[in-house]
Amino acid sequence: MTASTGEAMPAGIPRASRWDMTWLLWIAIIAILLILVVSPFVYLVITSFQAERTGDFTLSNYATAYGRARYIDALFNSLQLGAGAALLAGAFAIPLAWGVARTDMPGRGFTRMLVLATFITPPYTGAVAWILLAGPNAGWLNRFFMFVTGAEAGPFNIYSFTGLVVVIALYSFPYIFIFTTAALELVSSEMEDAANILGAGTWRTMRRVTLPLALPAILGGLIICFLEAIALFASPAMIAIPARFNVVTTQLYQFFGNPVRVEVAAAYAMPLLGVTVLLILAQRLITSRKGFATLTGKGGERRPIRLGPWRWAIFGYAMFVATLSVFLPYIFLVQSSFAKAWGRGFSLDNITLRNFNFVLFEHATAAQSVINSFLYAGAAATAAVLITLGIAYIVTRRLVPFAEVLGFLCVAPFVIPGVVLAIGFYAAYAPPPLSLYGTALILILAFTTRFLPIGYVNASAALRSLNPEMEEAVRVLGGSRLMALRRVVAPLLKRSLLGAWLLIFIPATRELSSAIFLYGPNTKVASVMIFDMSEEGNFEYLSALALILQLLTLPLLYLGQRALGRDFMLRRTAT
Amino acid sequence: MSKLVLKNVSRRYGAFEAVADFSLELQKGEFVSLLGPSGCGKTTTLRMIAGFAPPSTGTIEMDGQQISAPSGVVPPERRRMSMIFQSYAIWPNMTVGENVGFGLQVRKMSRAEIDRRVDAILDVVQMRNLKNRYPSELSGGQQQRVALARAIVVEPEVLLLDEPLSNLDANLREEMRFEIRRLHDEFKITTVYVTHDQSEAMVTSDRIVVMNKGRIEQVDAPHILYGRPKSRFVAGFIGRTNFLEGARQGSDVRFDGFTAPATAVERADGAGPLLYSLRPQAVGLSAQKPTGPGLAVEAEITDRAYLGEYWDYQARPLGGVKAIRVSTSPTLVFEVGSHVWLEIDPAAMVRVE
Repeated sequence: MTASTGEAMPAGIPRASRWDMTWLLWIAIIAILLILVVSPFVYLVITSFQAERTGDFTLSNYATAYGRARYIDALFNSLQLGAGAALLAGAFAIPLAWGVARTDMPGRGFTRMLVLATFITPPYTGAVAWILLAGPNAGWLNRFFMFVTGAEAGPFNIYSFTGLVVVIALYSFPYIFIFTTAALELVSSEMEDAANILGAGTWRTMRRVTLPLALPAILGGLIICFLEAIALFASPAMIAIPARFNVVTTQLYQFFGNPVRVEVAAAYAMPLLGVTVLLILAQRLITSRKGFATLTGKGGERRPIRLGPWRWAIFGYAMFVATLSVFLPYIFLVQSSFAKAWGRGFSLDNITLRNFNFVLFEHATAAQSVINSFLYAGAAATAAVLITLGIAYIVTRRLVPFAEVLGFLCVAPFVIPGVVLAIGFYAAYAPPPLSLYGTALILILAFTTRFLPIGYVNASAALRSLNPEMEEAVRVLGGSRLMALRRVVAPLLKRSLLGAWLLIFIPATRELSSAIFLYGPNTKVASVMIFDMSEEGNFEYLSALALILQLLTLPLLYLGQRALGRDFMLRRTAT
Repeated sequence: MSKLVLKNVSRRYGAFEAVADFSLELQKGEFVSLLGPSGCGKTTTLRMIAGFAPPSTGTIEMDGQQISAPSGVVPPERRRMSMIFQSYAIWPNMTVGENVGFGLQVRKMSRAEIDRRVDAILDVVQMRNLKNRYPSELSGGQQQRVALARAIVVEPEVLLLDEPLSNLDANLREEMRFEIRRLHDEFKITTVYVTHDQSEAMVTSDRIVVMNKGRIEQVDAPHILYGRPKSRFVAGFIGRTNFLEGARQGSDVRFDGFTAPATAVERADGAGPLLYSLRPQAVGLSAQKPTGPGLAVEAEITDRAYLGEYWDYQARPLGGVKAIRVSTSPTLVFEVGSHVWLEIDPAAMVRVE
């Protein structure tokens, strides 16, 4: 210990060197996570045990919430709805997924495109289209049936339990499609060849080998679909309420009506939360079974299975599903948006641009609501990407003890239905001193929280693909951790972060189930606007607004496909 | 004075001891390799020297100043070392020139000075013409040269290399070994080189540290390591060898199939079994009984393989059980089953533990 060479090397051990500026950044990010995820959840639970106004401990909210038969009925309706919708969606999705992923079915790319079109159709837009199609008497399908058969009335009634199941299944089957194609694309052809060489034909191979290998993923998709169905607010509100039955989400909405009974709503939300948590756990358990070791993505090429003439049969089925989810709905949405009165049909004298003119320029809040949607979604997507990038970095580089807990908190909102999340936010931030109810901030915070899981899954996947040696090389050459983040990590992740941003931004522009509980007179978003119009029965204006929203999404889709590849929205990380 | 001193360094992960009681001194300008099978703790040792991991016990000093101890470490960016990674870690978002100039930029040099030095080092590694290319446009060998240039241009106090050639194909690997040694001879940077490839270590190093299960087995110059291995592990890991087990019997040592006078072999003392390493090249093979000073042992060829540069014979001494491996010139041909004579020089037999 004699000569000192250069000032960069202080003698002894500088303890403070473990603490650099980046630590402040980590602490800030962790604090934000607590505000976004932990606090609404804690307030949700606390509020459910509080008496209105006084705030004393009470169980009466639970007594009220479960005290009437029709409240209990709504719970069971939700479960039946979820099961029905998931099974029907499975029937739509699984043949399509198999056809697209593993066979020589014609039009595979086209079918994928149509599934994407379904996926980016908000459930409420789909529900409105189906009201136009299958409304009793006036619905187009009924009118066509009456025209052909000369009957007095048509057989279809969207305002029924079955109608609701069909509409929800039609717009949630892409989840199962995504899970199933992802799994099927990992089943190596050699597995199937092994069955073929032992004498099994195409169908037996599919039944005995291919589908069982994909089964965990399919079950996972069914569970996600079930949860989507029971958490959905828009379609039940548009269809179940006129049909005079309730599900959990519509019942919660009624507890939120005048006067707002947030305590009872919180108590009533608990089963929805509980079921979701349990099923997500089950889903994780099923899809992570180690026994299905073929699903590692390694080894073996994948050749499409030759179906012969059957390929047209499966193509026909794909087009049938697409007709129900895309073709018919959009034909009649477009018709309605250009119609003076949608019921008068396709005649030339019924065509007008007045609806677009009205929602864009004359309506007091419609245009503003679209702008609000895009502003809030943009802010939320930006916030979510930055926060999750920070958390994912902390977790993958193990910068703090128990970093996994932070990762868990980021994905936790996935198990909180939008409606329940909104109630939590209301309970946490609506009362004084913050009084955020109805502000843009509370909507942005809620959207950010809701989409943290998408951001986290993408950010941590991107970071894991980045060799830590890239950063170590910066540090060993004298750069700090921040410099490594700025000069190397950020430029390399640009593309995946843009992708994550879009994957959040696109659904956030359509988000309704959390917005409906939190918006105020000046912070109405497009989805709420569309919902209001449906209650007023203004289907022409509504169709115009819904189509404008869809059109505005197209450039974003194009951008995402340029950055991340054609199927970027139909990957597992997208959901 | 020693450039780099590791004193009783160890590193534990839970109950697993990745590196145990590791002590080593490097002289200024010395090239030392850490050699061992995967999982022997060599990379962990290197990362402790770089400052990416603190030692669980022990200290690391550079130029007499402590830079690592269990209580804290000088962070990597303040050690004035540089490192070449297994993946090269060439930043794909920067050109070759930007990659190489990065360390100089961090050291706040002027634009002109950076350009001058980058050009000079790129000339040394013969990459000047590719200065404005992006890494994705380079071959593996070219990326390796960029990594070398980037690490050397900052004139580091210590250069660390973590299996830098393991991702290259065989021919390129051989070329780069000599390239690395040439650069070392030119710049005289104190270097620690981690590898599991013995010939890489032998070509490049002044001294080799053979590691096994987190511990040092032997530290010596390559030719000493090969000629006088201290342990069974080192003898087996560096090159091919025969292990001969003998037992003292009066004034002789009895081996499987032959005996040697105890005075002729190394350290033939003690009551227990004596283990010797005998390199295949050190054994003579002939059709007639040899007349040289070594032990003449009658044997039978039990197996053979032709490897182009030499014959690899298995010859079992008559009356013995185990065959002895012998390497001979490729022109010396014996059929399997033929009767031969081995000539064993007792002085070539090295006692190992």
